Amino acid sequence: MYKFILKRVGMLFPTLFGVITLVFFMLALSPGEPARVILGERANKEAVEKLNAELGLDKPMHVQYVIYLKKVVQLDFGRSIKTGQRVIDEIKSRFPATIELAIFSMILASVAGIFIGVISATKRYSLLDYVSMFGALFGVSMPVFWLGLVLIIIFSVNLNLLPTGGRMDIRYYFVPITNFYILDGLIHFFKSGDLGVFLSAVTHMILPAVTLGTIPLAIIARITRSSMLEVLKQDYIKTARAIGTPEHKVIFKYALRNALLPVITVIGLQFGMLLAGAILTETIFAWPGIGKWLYHAIESRDFPAIQGGIIVISTCFVLINLFVDLLYSVINPKIRTE
Amino acid sequence: MSFLKLFKSENVANNSESIWYENWQLLKKNKSAMFGLYIIIFFVLIAIFAPVVAPFDPYAQNIDIRKLPFFSWPYILGTDDFGRDILSRIIYGARISLVIGFISVSISLIFGSFIGLISGFYGGWIDKISMRIIDIMLAFPYILLTIVIVALLGPTLLNAMIAIGIARLPQYARIMRASVLAEKAAEYVEAEKSLGVGNVELMFRSILPNCLAPIIVQATLGVGSAIIESAALSFLGLGAQPPTPEWGLMIASAREFVSSAWWIVTFPGIAILFVVLGFNLLGDGIRDVLDPRLKD
Amino acid sequence: MENNKFLDIKGLNVSFYTQKGVVRAVRDLDLWINKGETLALVGESGCGKSVTASSIIRLIPSPPGKIESGEIFLDGQDILKLSEEEMQKIRGDKISMIFQDPMTSLNPVFKIGDQIAEIFITHYGLKKKEALERAVEMLDMVKIPSPEKRVKSYPHQLSGGMRQRVMIAMALASPHPGIMIADEPTTALDVTIQAQILDLMKELQEKIQMSLLLITHDMGVVAEMASRVAVMYAGRKVESADVYSIFEKPFHPYTVGLLNSMPSNEKYKHNARLEAIEGNVPNLLEIGDGCPFENRCKYAKDICRNKFPEIKDMGNNHHVWCHFAGELNF
Repeated sequence: MYKFILKRVGMLFPTLFGVITLVFFMLALSPGEPARVILGERANKEAVEKLNAELGLDKPMHVQYVIYLKKVVQLDFGRSIKTGQRVIDEIKSRFPATIELAIFSMILASVAGIFIGVISATKRYSLLDYVSMFGALFGVSMPVFWLGLVLIIIFSVNLNLLPTGGRMDIRYYFVPITNFYILDGLIHFFKSGDLGVFLSAVTHMILPAVTLGTIPLAIIARITRSSMLEVLKQDYIKTARAIGTPEHKVIFKYALRNALLPVITVIGLQFGMLLAGAILTETIFAWPGIGKWLYHAIESRDFPAIQGGIIVISTCFVLINLFVDLLYSVINPKIRTE
Repeated sequence: MSFLKLFKSENVANNSESIWYENWQLLKKNKSAMFGLYIIIFFVLIAIFAPVVAPFDPYAQNIDIRKLPFFSWPYILGTDDFGRDILSRIIYGARISLVIGFISVSISLIFGSFIGLISGFYGGWIDKISMRIIDIMLAFPYILLTIVIVALLGPTLLNAMIAIGIARLPQYARIMRASVLAEKAAEYVEAEKSLGVGNVELMFRSILPNCLAPIIVQATLGVGSAIIESAALSFLGLGAQPPTPEWGLMIASAREFVSSAWWIVTFPGIAILFVVLGFNLLGDGIRDVLDPRLKD
Repeated sequence: MENNKFLDIKGLNVSFYTQKGVVRAVRDLDLWINKGETLALVGESGCGKSVTASSIIRLIPSPPGKIESGEIFLDGQDILKLSEEEMQKIRGDKISMIFQDPMTSLNPVFKIGDQIAEIFITHYGLKKKEALERAVEMLDMVKIPSPEKRVKSYPHQLSGGMRQRVMIAMALASPHPGIMIADEPTTALDVTIQAQILDLMKELQEKIQMSLLLITHDMGVVAEMASRVAVMYAGRKVESADVYSIFEKPFHPYTVGLLNSMPSNEKYKHNARLEAIEGNVPNLLEIGDGCPFENRCKYAKDICRNKFPEIKDMGNNHHVWCHFAGELNF
């Protein structure tokens, strides 16, 4: 197993290198001059040239590349054109919001998805099965940002049940400690007995989490179902039944543990994709995370920010995938005991 | 997965019937797949006959009738904030969406399959380099990869289609490569080689047809994904530009009217939902026919 | 004789409802096994022997399978009338079953000790720790070396022969072992291992006085293990007798064909030439009411196509279902 781990970790570096390089070329080769964007269309030539020199954009490509590599390794992505802040600082401050949303969405999607998948598989051909699977199909057939908007229309605008956006009611003043508002809400409650912050955090989280989690839920439900069906056909399930194991144990212990192997991989991968998909959901719900920040960066052609954002998110994605692979090798006894 | 089934006619009394016909018969039995097909045909028809079917010009703006609600006759689905009829825009949008699906999938399919075929067949350094590049492409979250490519090319609808096509090609490459590797080990390959069949002919005539099944499934499902992805790019301002009646763009532009004019946001999304549902149903059905092992 | 029957199957009919039509997998089957006796159920693949076995333990996947009619008396009780919960109590208690492929019969993500222990937890109400101790005892009983260590292994760490021993251990762990159903227990194993497994089964069977329903297509195994034999073809029983009579004087053309297609062995009196039976097994979807062997039988006449033969008693508990039983010279 250790050989496998080493190999996988070893593949990490060339991959990250490739990612960083690709991003460099994306921005280096894209049409439009960054300097002109910063200064505006009507800037005069000298100003543009001066800014170009400052930004190091007048140097030959390969020199720029080396400088770029040096900076990226130190996590120096320059400063945002829009705000002048260091890109890395802007990313860091918005990370918790995105992570919190991603975690809740995944928990929702996984628990519900696995549950639906197992029930569908065991009650195959029933109405429940058809409805769930059709529902799952619906789930993967719609654009996530549209779903978010529709949910807002239904629950916020018409039913007035849930807030339209943001992470927290502006009325509440509290000092965030962990920056995970739901946790902070609980801490606040323990300290002062006031449930308001916690409730506000939760109600603000519901719609974005449901939106972001719908597609993973559908995918997880489908794959759990097909994995369960595949497992239930196996001889070892017949053996378990033949020795008289009670049916609920057959399903939830002996079958499920086998069925979950591929599901766990899918959950991990979905989590990675969520981080990236958050860009759309966060924008709709004005959720102050990396996604929304990146959206505005793209809108305003803020190149250093775009660069930094893409690199950071992609790196997380790569790391998550690596983690999922390693996790799988631990869970699967066949690989573990080699 | 054995796709040799494509060439085996099981229990068919008249053996001269082609395999494709037999598969089609099986597919017809699958009600949900047929439902999907009907949906697709419906949208294709309204796309082709858009000028006839659409009541109004999708680009015609009229300040007097802005934001008319759903069901204000004759604007069946209402109008948007420029006074344009939503139904007409959705109908013309069908053209755009289907073209998006077709072009993106074609790009991924042709280039991806080709790379997969060559890599799988020849192996060696071609394989190693291709797979490295594919791995790097797959290291990006899909959306970010499309953003990167569109940024490189410039934000237009055509570039969005190309970006989606390029971003998806790793999947086709991998599928094709896996199938080729599996087929290479099959007996008939050795038999043909010993008969002196040349490499290129072997590759295209014999191996390729057996690898088509999962590609076809992927392509069908891919049309649906491409439409959704293009909508996402439009949302980010990186795809279709106003005033194109692309469904995703219509939704994105109407964000601010969530409270005042919900129909502008909702209907284009419903259109996307149905078209993609259609392709997904059909794709699932095709997968069940071509690899029944997965079903039962 | 009557009251010594541990297993008594009467008129069993099992069908499968598939997309392509109804498959009548088992038709009008009568079978019985006395206490402590070994009955071999032979026939080629698809003849319905595995379906019969699965029906006894009521593990037919349903849909698409269905036990249409019949009675199965186990120790006097008609188990087809039991509820699923009652049946669950009997499985692993009075009936145990081992399957053909030891590679796939054990759960890959659980240690073998845990899998054996399950029986003790379910049927004996033991706690996990004690159940595991009993599991070690079982492994010892089937002669697996270093059982205390092996109990923590995963199935993929064991060889095929050892896995089959584990299956046997699980079957023997039952509190009231009445009958073991062994579905092709040695087919997937090497020839050398086969003999070991068969010997083990015989030894244990004698020790506990357990009935054994042995399903196989290998006449060599039949000769080793069985006291009585039943031959099935296309869902029907076509001949049954004690093991000597089957080999010495078979009456059904199919049985003769089976024996003739065995690789030569001096133990058996029939000629040493391998003779394949021409033709194919009929498609169970389209099967009619005649004798199913008719299209391959050298001696078939018109009556064979139209009517399934009545039972013919050839004496000494030897029964055949053939219109011309006793009249044919093989």
